[in-house]
Amino acid sequence: MELVAEQRGEILVVRAMDDRIDAAGAIQFKDQMRELTLAACPRVVLDMSRVAFLDSSGLGAVVAVMKALGPDRKLELASLTTTVQKVFRLTRMDSVFTIHDQVPEDLRQAD
Amino acid sequence: MVAPVSAPAQQSAKVIIPGDQIAVRNGLRALFDTILLRSLPEDGRSTAEIVLAEALNNIVEHAYSSHDGEIEITLHLRQNELVCKISDTGLPMPDGKLPAGILAPLEPPADLPEGGFGWHLIRSLSKDLDYRRENGRNLLSFRLDTQQCGD
Repeated sequence: MELVAEQRGEILVVRAMDDRIDAAGAIQFKDQMRELTLAACPRVVLDMSRVAFLDSSGLGAVVAVMKALGPDRKLELASLTTTVQKVFRLTRMDSVFTIHDQVPEDLRQAD
Repeated sequence: MVAPVSAPAQQSAKVIIPGDQIAVRNGLRALFDTILLRSLPEDGRSTAEIVLAEALNNIVEHAYSSHDGEIEITLHLRQNELVCKISDTGLPMPDGKLPAGILAPLEPPADLPEGGFGWHLIRSLSKDLDYRRENGRNLLSFRLDTQQCGD
């Protein structure tokens, strides 16, 4: 699991570089996200544009990451592919997360 | 729209994989690279990948939780549906029945479920879901609509 994190002002943008977050990689994803978000960052945006497939274990890991951020920090998602969108919609997790069509560009101008 | 069907040709694919997570990932990659699954419309393909992944992950996690074994997957494409049969020699389903797959409540945020989505996804996307235990084997079968609109 390769994750690339970039601090943009007060927002940490994390891009998942692998094409799937599945049962075989869910724990690793969760652990790496936890490490990347140790620094103080009020908003975390996960760029999922390269993730073609997410299964229920991957979804559970994304939920766990959000919960680990605590009540004062937010995990937002961006650029969901077709299959990933379908998994979020069917589990109604699309109502829980803030989901952006793209990583918001205006974040770059924030600092 | 009803697409003309020139011949009731039946295409099929069969794979046997070890019952572990990496083999499931590689097996799904190989299956979705077959002409059979490449021929499906995008929506049907994504549905098939979601349902097959959940069914296979479930076998690895539960049926093969205490011993190793193989998983056999057979797919038949018949007109607008994909008939899927999956068998394994793992532990039987508790009470011999498939889980109901009811989603847990999604609030409050601190109590969000991190699991229990798998059977909900399978049941939401498949038809004629059937489970039997025969001669020490779990036999799971279902049909997937390959020409669906939306969900």
